Amino acid sequence: MPEQFTLRLRRYDPESGEAPYWDEHTVELEPHRSVLEGILQAKARFDGSIGIRCSCRAAICGSCGVRINGQPGLACHTHLEHAAAHAKDGAIEVEPMGNMPIIKDLIVDMDAVHWKKIQRVTPWLMNREPIPEREYEVPREAMIDVTQSMACIQCGACVSDCLSMEVDPLFIGPAALAKAYRFVGDPRDAEQFDRLKDLAEDAHGIYDCTHCFKCIEACPKGVAPMSQIMRLRRRASDDHGINDSNNGHRHEISFTNLVRGNGLLWEAELLPRSYGGDSWFGKFAPKAGLELMDSLPVITKALLRRKVTPAGALKPHKLSKPDLQQVDGIYERVGQRPERYELNLYISGYDEDDVSPAAPSDATAAGGGDGGQNYPGAGQPGMSPEESPTR
Amino acid sequence: MRVAYWPGCVSRGFTPELHGSMAKVAPLLDLELVELDRASCCGAGVIAEHNQELADTLNARTFALAQRVDGAELMMNICSTCQGAQTECQERLDASAEYRAAINETLRAEADLVYEKGLTNKNFLWLLVEEIGLDALSARVRRPLTDLRVGPFYGCYIVRPTDRLGIDERYPRDTYLAQVIEALGGTVVEYAGAYKCCGFPIITMNKDASLKQAGRHLGDAVDAAADCLVTPCPLCHLNLDLQQPLAERVVGRALNLPVLHLPQLVGLALGLDPKELGMNRHVVKPASVIDWSTSVVAQTPARAA
Repeated sequence: MPEQFTLRLRRYDPESGEAPYWDEHTVELEPHRSVLEGILQAKARFDGSIGIRCSCRAAICGSCGVRINGQPGLACHTHLEHAAAHAKDGAIEVEPMGNMPIIKDLIVDMDAVHWKKIQRVTPWLMNREPIPEREYEVPREAMIDVTQSMACIQCGACVSDCLSMEVDPLFIGPAALAKAYRFVGDPRDAEQFDRLKDLAEDAHGIYDCTHCFKCIEACPKGVAPMSQIMRLRRRASDDHGINDSNNGHRHEISFTNLVRGNGLLWEAELLPRSYGGDSWFGKFAPKAGLELMDSLPVITKALLRRKVTPAGALKPHKLSKPDLQQVDGIYERVGQRPERYELNLYISGYDEDDVSPAAPSDATAAGGGDGGQNYPGAGQPGMSPEESPTR
Repeated sequence: MRVAYWPGCVSRGFTPELHGSMAKVAPLLDLELVELDRASCCGAGVIAEHNQELADTLNARTFALAQRVDGAELMMNICSTCQGAQTECQERLDASAEYRAAINETLRAEADLVYEKGLTNKNFLWLLVEEIGLDALSARVRRPLTDLRVGPFYGCYIVRPTDRLGIDERYPRDTYLAQVIEALGGTVVEYAGAYKCCGFPIITMNKDASLKQAGRHLGDAVDAAADCLVTPCPLCHLNLDLQQPLAERVVGRALNLPVLHLPQLVGLALGLDPKELGMNRHVVKPASVIDWSTSVVAQTPARAA
């Protein structure tokens, strides 16, 4: 049975000279139909000038990326009833995606931002030589690692909500970096080191990501771009030892080694070592000195307020000796593995009886009752998570 | 209620007032904190960035230590970043029996410990709402935060990804800060930055972008007439409070907005003295929250016990 839904569309025509405004239309459709179908009905029945881009209507082409009730996603992949349930005042709000200029209404300029950034990462395979006469032979397992980034449909939802890009428009961004991993992780590619060196040295490259999880939450296909960025860092820093000028490698190594030495993080040492190098002498490197000078007003204030005491800064908090031995033993054993041992849940899926670890205890105790969330298994990753104000 | 208590590193390092205020607030809520003083750093996502198995094993050790605390109902942390980093490791450990067995093999050999699937690990914020309850919390308020306009600042790790963190309609954990502020008698300020990133993780990599994030969110809250922000994340506190003078320089405006740790806000409402809660230790003096000469919070004196 068709029902009525109110759509509140963000309208804007930059060429008109008028300010953006909200435009409401009531459409009639079955609740399981998509927000896109709602917009198209409003366009057909009430106002042919509504601007929306779409093509496949099946969550494959990535054309209809928009923000629905403030959250990025595909208009064709969001049910009307679901969107209405999460609408603040009953009206489903549809806006254009963020971080990109608006061409008209719900259509953003993907060329100006998204595609430019994709081009930045050399998005094609650079063959190993000699090129074989017939096809490349690659073990199946070697390709599994990149299947997650290959699931990207270039809709731009992650770009829309990237919080680093919001303050640094030059940031290469989640979609393009996920694309970069697709080739860095491909055994047929000949330029893995150069790709990584380039992305690590770029001031707006892999080390410009803040770990905010926005792209993971935004992606309608389960690509988890942030996880791909972390894989790029792992390869650059640990496999290739690229000691970049953005402090990325030194920060990671210093952090990891300080925890090995003390069991806990020694913040006062981490900062100078990230700039000057991973040793007690790091703080005497010129780069670390400049940074300390820059932070002098903050350091002075923190000392004056007794937030940080000189003794606290000079002496780390530390675990007891037997505990430190255990921690060190874990580092030793893990470090001895010939290859890193990683579990990618996108590929492996979840054991069948699994419930969310953070699900409240009563749900957990009930063995995955209605409060426990069953994860999507392998083969159907990225099923749309519950709408939430934090997406 | 007895809990295995994980304070994290920063609450015992650069934000000692957080650990201190939690210790003062706990007895008022009948919380018995058994500190996990043998546990190691959660890795804050950085160790996982270096080596996933290493981060998972270190946290499995923490979880195993928590599971051995006699009579503890669950593990509690006071850091959004610990919550996020630990939940990510726990997700992998709980998802695969094979993976868990491999991690436990290391754990058994090096620490004589075993992690058993299904630990409950809750941030103090979640525990306040889900275990103690907002009504019980309100009933203990001695100094309602009347007229205090508080902006919630969650920290990324405690709100995303929603499925991993168990956030859904039944447990809307991404609304808990607002609910707690109201339960304490304060007014919730809506502003653009509540769910955004403070910028801290890239402070050593791109300082300008990092401080721009902090400065913008603080500025948005100032524009929304907030008296202060409250956060369950000490790392956010570092960028929003400790670095605020530098953030002011980057965004080119005066901010002067105090940022409170969650236990401090709760402690104030429960009638504790601001100095006991370490509020004199912040870089930005909470002058808009407290009258220092009288200890009056937002113009409301505390009721007698």
